[in-house]
Amino acid sequence: MTDFHDDHGRSDGPAADIPPRRSFLARLGAIIVGTLAGLIPVGAGAAALLDPLRRGSRDTGMVRVTRLSALPVDGSPKKFTVQADRTDAWSTYADTPIGAVYLRRSDDAVIALNVVCPHAGCFVRLLADEGRFGCPCHNSSFDLDGEVNNASSPSPRAMDALAVEIRNGDEVWVRFQHFLPGRDEKVPV
Amino acid sequence: MNLLDWLDDRTGYRGLLRRALYEHIPGGARWRYIWGSTLTFAIFVQFVTGVVLWAAYSANAQGAWESVYFIQNQMLGGWIVRGIHHFMAQATIVLLVLHLMQVMIDGAYRAPREVNFWFGLLLLFLVLALSLTGYLLPWDQKGYWATKVATSIASMTPVVGPSMQQLLIGGAEYGHLTLTRFFALHAGVLPAAVVLLIVGHVYLFRRHGVTVPEGAEGAPDGNFWPDQVLKDGVASLIVMATVLGLVLWTGGAHLGAPADPTEPYSAARPEWYFLFLFQWLKYFPAGWEVIGAHVIPGLLVGVVAAMPIIGKWRLGHRFNLGFMFALLAGVGMLTWLANAQDAADPAFVEAKIEADERAARVEELAASPTGIPPEGGLALLRSDPLMQGPEIFAARCSSCHRFNGHDGLGDIPTDEPSASDLAGFGSRDWVRGLLDADRVASAEYFGGTDHARGRMVRFVQRGLAQLTDEERADLLPKVVMALSAEAGLPAQAEADAADAQTIGEGRTVMQSEPVNCVRCHLFRGVGADDDAPVLTGWGSREWMMGMIHDPTQDEYYGDNNDRMPSFGADEDLSEAEIGLVVDWLRGDWYEAPDGR
Repeated sequence: MTDFHDDHGRSDGPAADIPPRRSFLARLGAIIVGTLAGLIPVGAGAAALLDPLRRGSRDTGMVRVTRLSALPVDGSPKKFTVQADRTDAWSTYADTPIGAVYLRRSDDAVIALNVVCPHAGCFVRLLADEGRFGCPCHNSSFDLDGEVNNASSPSPRAMDALAVEIRNGDEVWVRFQHFLPGRDEKVPV
Repeated sequence: MNLLDWLDDRTGYRGLLRRALYEHIPGGARWRYIWGSTLTFAIFVQFVTGVVLWAAYSANAQGAWESVYFIQNQMLGGWIVRGIHHFMAQATIVLLVLHLMQVMIDGAYRAPREVNFWFGLLLLFLVLALSLTGYLLPWDQKGYWATKVATSIASMTPVVGPSMQQLLIGGAEYGHLTLTRFFALHAGVLPAAVVLLIVGHVYLFRRHGVTVPEGAEGAPDGNFWPDQVLKDGVASLIVMATVLGLVLWTGGAHLGAPADPTEPYSAARPEWYFLFLFQWLKYFPAGWEVIGAHVIPGLLVGVVAAMPIIGKWRLGHRFNLGFMFALLAGVGMLTWLANAQDAADPAFVEAKIEADERAARVEELAASPTGIPPEGGLALLRSDPLMQGPEIFAARCSSCHRFNGHDGLGDIPTDEPSASDLAGFGSRDWVRGLLDADRVASAEYFGGTDHARGRMVRFVQRGLAQLTDEERADLLPKVVMALSAEAGLPAQAEADAADAQTIGEGRTVMQSEPVNCVRCHLFRGVGADDDAPVLTGWGSREWMMGMIHDPTQDEYYGDNNDRMPSFGADEDLSEAEIGLVVDWLRGDWYEAPDGR
């Protein structure tokens, strides 16, 4: 009994008795047919995998967040949860917390800043004692208006200011948006 | 011909086995050859434990944390399996680095083994990718925020970054699809690639054989089986024992509170073997992120990948060794700095404690008789007065009220309080202060309000002052008990039951001269409804809900209401939110019986 039938049913190189022209056509055909067969699952798969690219932005429009009376009159910022309807793939949530903003009075206006750090997406914290915002991840530092206030801050831009409207006298409405992290300009996600 | 002979004739398995086991090792089996085998063993352990975890894991935003909680706390041996998977992942990284160093020192990366070196390098990156994708899967705060940073950095890649990030997380924001995609990578794509590469790696290794260290050329040859296998087995057992020891010593892998995009997590850090990258990024000011996150790491990896070629030059091998050690020293240095800076940052230490408290709280709630609702673990926290009450109080109430002088979360607002301090509202202590002439007009009670000059303050300061000392000593404690009993505070239930008789007397005192609360208030069917709050059920859940809903109702302050907004009537707060604040103020939340 032989030890190991390494070459069972196999041989290297084309059989000598097939004419070259037929061999060429067969190769071409094999490549075309094989590619066609393979393209179908790959194409369908690619389409499904690329689906997230056509998902729109998560702009929720203007959302009521709080009332003016809840904001400290001395202009110190305060964190508020933003609630809105949200669809996450197959789940739809009504009026659910979707994020948070810092609100503060500034002269007659209200400033709204997304809590997400424009550098790498961490949750910026308010350092009330130091009168500034600081990111707990890579130490970006912002003043209370959200401007970068330290040259060594890794953040490429100010905290993301959001559009604010005061409606019906004292309701604070905010257009809650996210922006791409790590770039100079605000590009909505 | 017996069955095995027949099988061998049809498959040739004996030859294959013989080739696998009786590999000839020039110079004999050695301890320094164990690294590859222990790594293979570590990855085998990850496959076994991974498949077991997979059998209980649910990759969706309302099931991931919950299923991991189940694995960790309720499944027989679940915590051990998860713990082994967790620590063996870390051991794999360590072994990879040791294996790499071994290869470097022995010069085993040079011709003709270049391709195998590259395979190994690819394996290193695949294992790191496995670790990165695995970190998110429990969907706890730690994994959520750390992975957000990682995908944010991916999105900084020039041109394709944003699309890449969107494809990775399955849309514009984190959610179900982030988990399904990470899981598909973690349990499908990456392991398949690892298997293919290991097969290729071992094939190439066998093709070129071991690199016999200098000075060992004359030693007698050996075989893979059993000489080297014994050594590999011992090493694998040591690795396994170490990992198991870590699991038992630490109590297994940690599970934080469920991921919450609205809840700050200031303790977000990647796994320790990524800390150097995290620290590294701190040194790149605005405009240099791409250099720091992509260009320099890319160049360094490029140099490492080029090492087999660099090694051909005369001093190439020494350069490679120096470069590799410098790289490792740099990584070690950055890791140490990251840890040292965190340890020295009180805010980080505090954030870590807060995070642990939140994690402990959600576990307490999940272990309660009501368990985890279908909406998931996050819903437990969001419907928990202990967790949510202070948040809502800080956001909506603390611009006027205080809680023990702070905003509910421990911060002291800069504005002066303009309404009462609500810590202990309804308790005997609180009522005692209300009826204290020295305190009723202080900032703790009516000091900041229009009521500072109102009838109640006048009554406490002047009306009660006319009581004789005996009356004061006899009547006021009864009033305190009776009014406080209306609140029915859980913490006072025993005291209220014990003092039932005194409370009954107190009710009579409240309804008669000289105290006579019912001159202005309505109390248990007696008295005037005179724009003074009804005292029947005062401080009870129902009473407080109504008060916060709309204090301008007749039962509350009516037209006398100072500045208190109608949170419910104006739809500023939902009834559920009002309930959370009320329950928190009343000290009414779930606590595990054993006080865990």
